[in-house]
Formats: sequence, C-alpha cells, structure tokens
Amino acid sequence: MKKSGSESLKSINLRPFVESLIAILVGFVIGAIVLLAFGYNPWSAYYWLFQGALGSTYGIASTLKYATPIMLTALTFAIGTRTGIFNIGAESSFYFGAIAAVIFTNIWDNMWFGLAMGMLLGALWALPAAVLKVYRGVHEVISTIMLNWIGWFFVLWLIVGPYANPNDPNKTIRIPVDARLPIIGYGLSIAIVIAVIAAVLTYFLLWHTTMGFGMRASGINQKAARYAGMNPKMAVMWSFLIGGLLSGLGGAMKIMGEGPGYAISQGGANIYGFGFDGIGVALVGRNHPLGIILAAIFFGMLRAGTALMQAQAHVPLEIIKVIQGIIVITVAIPSLYDLVKKAIHRGAA
Amino acid sequence: MDVGSVLSILITSLMAMVPIVLTSVGAAWSERAGVVSIGYEGVLLMSAFFGAIFAELASNAVVGLVGGIFVGVLLGMLHGVLTVYLKGDHVIPGIGINLLAMGVVPFGILAYWGTAGQHQLPHDAQMWHWKTPYGELSPMVLVTILIALVTWWVLFKTPLGLRVRSVGENPEAADALGINVEKYRFWSTVYGHALAGLGGAFMSVDWLGLVHKTMSGGRGFIALANMVFSGWNPLVSLIGGWLFGFFDALAAWLAPKHIIPGQFILMLPYIMTLIIVAGIIGKARPPKWDGRPYKRE
Repeated sequence: MKKSGSESLKSINLRPFVESLIAILVGFVIGAIVLLAFGYNPWSAYYWLFQGALGSTYGIASTLKYATPIMLTALTFAIGTRTGIFNIGAESSFYFGAIAAVIFTNIWDNMWFGLAMGMLLGALWALPAAVLKVYRGVHEVISTIMLNWIGWFFVLWLIVGPYANPNDPNKTIRIPVDARLPIIGYGLSIAIVIAVIAAVLTYFLLWHTTMGFGMRASGINQKAARYAGMNPKMAVMWSFLIGGLLSGLGGAMKIMGEGPGYAISQGGANIYGFGFDGIGVALVGRNHPLGIILAAIFFGMLRAGTALMQAQAHVPLEIIKVIQGIIVITVAIPSLYDLVKKAIHRGAA
Repeated sequence: MDVGSVLSILITSLMAMVPIVLTSVGAAWSERAGVVSIGYEGVLLMSAFFGAIFAELASNAVVGLVGGIFVGVLLGMLHGVLTVYLKGDHVIPGIGINLLAMGVVPFGILAYWGTAGQHQLPHDAQMWHWKTPYGELSPMVLVTILIALVTWWVLFKTPLGLRVRSVGENPEAADALGINVEKYRFWSTVYGHALAGLGGAFMSVDWLGLVHKTMSGGRGFIALANMVFSGWNPLVSLIGGWLFGFFDALAAWLAPKHIIPGQFILMLPYIMTLIIVAGIIGKARPPKWDGRPYKRE
C-alpha cells in the first residue's frame, strides 16, 4: 500500500475546471457568430478585448479592479448555493454597502468604520429574505428579486435626495480623504487584496469549520442534517447574513477604493449590475471560493477590455454580457464534459 | 379621486395585467408538468425586443406578437432540453437566460437601431387599440382572459390536462400507464415559455409601443409570485394578475403627483408582491415532482 505523488495528484478533480473552460470557449464562439450577424469583425473585437485587458500594466490593474466587486457578489451566491438556496440578493446588498460607505464615512472619516457599516447594511438588507424563507417558506428567488427592486428605488432616492452633492448634481457627496482605501498603483486599490482574503476566509469557513460543515450538510440534505442534530434553519439564516455582508463589503469598496472625485453617480449606473455578474462568476467558478477568484479575474478581464474594444473595433460593450449569458447557459449543461469527451473520442477513432 | 381617474387606473391595470397573467398561466402549466423555470424575466425582455423587430419588418403588430411567441418557443426548447432530457438543474438555465437577455437586448438595441437603451416603435408597427375617454385598451386583454380560461379548462377538464398534471405529481405512475413523461414535460415547458413570449411582445408592440433595456422590470418574477399566489391555477391567476396590474397602474398614476418621492411609489408593486407572497405561502403546495428531474429506473 503505497501512495505515489502522481496518484494523489490524479485525485484532484479537474472535471469542473475543464467544463468551465469548454463553456467559456462556447461563449466566445457564439459571441463571434452574433458579432458576425450584426456586421462586426469578431477577430478584431476579441483582439482589442484581450489587448485592453492584458496588454499593459494598466490593463492588468483594471482587470483586477473589475474583478474585485464581482468576486464578492459571487461569494454571496456561492454560499447560498452551498446551503441549498438561490440567493439572487447580492445585487441590492451591494447598493446598500455602497450608500453606507457614503453615509457613514461622512459621519466618521475612518476606513474601517466605512467598511464595517457597508457589511452591516448589506447583511441587514439580506435579513428579510432570510426570515421569509425560514419562517414563511417564501422562495428566495422571488423575495430577493423583489428586495433588489425595492432596494434599488430606496438607494436611488438617497442618491438624488439626502445625499446628493450640492456642488455636483451628477453625484452623491464624496468619501473623505482619510476614509479612502490606499491605492496600490494604476488606480488599483487594496480592495482586491481584501476580496481575495474574503474568498479564502469563505473557503476556510465552509470547509474547515463545524459551522461551515453544518451549512454544507443542510445544503445537500436538509432532513439528514436535522437528523444529525444540526439546525438547517440557522444554516440558511447565516448563509443569507454572511452573503449580504460580503456583497455589502463589495459595494463599500467599490466607492471607497477610488480617487478623490469619485462618488455614486446620479442614476446609480456605477453600482448597478454587480450582483447579477457575480452569479455568472459563481457558476463559472463552480461555487468554490478558489474557483471564484479565477472566474472573477476572467470576468474582470472581459470588463476591462471593453473600453479598447469599443474604441478600436467599434463594438458595443454589451456584447460581453451576451457572451457571459451564453457561458452561464453552457455551464448549466449537466453532461457537457461527457458530451465533449465522446465527441473527441469519436473524432480520434 | 374622481370617477375619471378610477376608470383610467382600471384600464391601465387591465393592460398591465396582460404580461403577468400570460406568464403566470404558462408557468403554471409548465410547473404542473414538473418543470420550474425562473428564466421568464429574460423571455419577456428578449421577446419584447425581437417582437419589435418582427413588427417593424412586417409593419404589422400581429407579426410582432407571433414573433414573440416564436422567441418563447425557442427559449422553452432550450430550457426543456437542458432540464427534461439532460436532467439538469431547473434554476441555473433560467439564471443564464436572464443574464443573456440583459446582454442581448441592450446590445441589440444599439446594434440594430443605433440608439442606446431605448427605441420607439413606428406607428404602423404598433397594435390597434380601442380608444376610450380614459385611455386605450388592447384586444389582447380579451385574448389573455380567453387564454387563461382555455388553459384552465384543458388542464383540469380534459385527458390531456390530466396527463400533464400526472407527470408533475407522480411521473412513476404516469410512466407505468404508458405516458411519455419526457414528451409531456418538454412540450409543457415550451408552452409556458411561448405564453411568456407573447406577453413580452405585447409589452413592446402593443402596450408601450417601445423597447427599453430594462422594460421587463421584474414582471417575470412577479408572474412567478402570482403563480404561487394562485395555487398553480390559471383561472385564479387572472385575479392575482389583475391585482398586480392594479398596483402597477396605481404607481404610474401616483408618480407625477409628487405626494411622496417618486422612488417610493415605484416600489409599490414589488412591496405588494412581497407582502402577498409572504401572506399566502404555507397554504400553497406545488406539484409533488415540481423541479425534480425524472429518470426512468
């Protein structure tokens, strides 16, 4: 009975990784077909996309910058899925994290206070969905979507109303200098470091603590978990609260990790959509925190490259969302790996 | 509030009812057969966009409505293949379809019409309406009520409906009786998405006469809430759908009055959805095999 190094290496399951790569490939191929159908040149679009994302230090920095918020919203969705729920509420917890940063750093200009309040408001906004799920059996997809809309209008009111900048009608008031996140370089703040730490902590929580074991056990089989003496209701509660906290952190860092003039824009355009993108990141990262780090960087790459793609190849940046949607649908094909393997074998024979 | 305002809110509520009821009726049929989809939000958005293109190309709104159904059928087939035949998760493809729509529609509006975010339809691509002193009413309101009635009748009063419900309640027994579970589930999914497609095209070529990149506005999910509220019953979903339409119309009527900030009024339909769903769940029971893939032993 000896176990060689190569054997233990084989036990690492590469299947999810390969499946995500196939999905990404399918996304790009179908994206190219869409581009052709509308009369664009896909080669030129993709060339400038990757040139923009990886072609310079600035490009790489902005790739990581775009990866930061969606890494956190993806963790929200992943924690939900691991506990057996589809938490779509990252989107609105993100808004509350962002507005909390604006409100509370202007009360006390301390970075940690701003981050903490962002996390707190993000978690609080996730609470109604958790309570409705546990005590009323309301499906979380419906409740979190409704809360997203309610939260959107509420935060929009704060943006245009009480927290509008009296000197600049296009923005909210700014984050005080002392409360801003330190910048590493090329516009990239330490937010990326905090996000990666959050992902690692989430991994540790889910796979190396009793609480995380209980959460995952409830996600796999509620009845069995209850029989084993765990409390699936509390697992669901924690899953929503920790999820909301992470997205709230993401929202706060989005606003606090920028240069002096930065604030939430009047229509809320710079805080919209990160929760939805996070769902895609989580699915491509297979709901695993370490997979999510990679997937977030990949999605960040797509986002960072769009500016150059739009300028040089004149392709609307929304094509990236089309590609993302196709990738997610492809990820949903359960036997993708087997289908491709079979096709390769047939081709080789 | 005067009589004219009441009548105007009532007429708007009938129009607002259409996409929600059509989607709820379709979703109820599909879930009765055991297939869950949360992709209706994306179906509404994409069929609104492609329906508008079809209507403009033909200069005819009815062609646009049929085009919307066609988009619904295609997306339903996609969802059906993934869930029914490949036995995949029922929720994730829906998320994918919703994300896809959030990309396809803004991209499409820009690439096809060259305008960002919104496009107004020419007059000849818009549906004909009955004009009343208190607002315009579309014949689609009647069509929707008829679809709900017929769907209810087929689902509960005919052998076809019995078979559809049996594959959602007890696929093993249905299978033993020689019913092709996968066939019934697949086409039920297609029917559900087709009705949502009609609802989406209604929004662009009929009700509003425009395409906007966020025009579905959560209606796909409100429709799912309404389906639960109505106990998976197409006939009852007419009542629920009208109720949501009423809050939609009330919000639209209140918004320009500036009594309270507009954002709080716009929250109204979503808050009511949440309250109604929270109050009703517990009593409602989904079909037993709803959302569970059936694999033959």
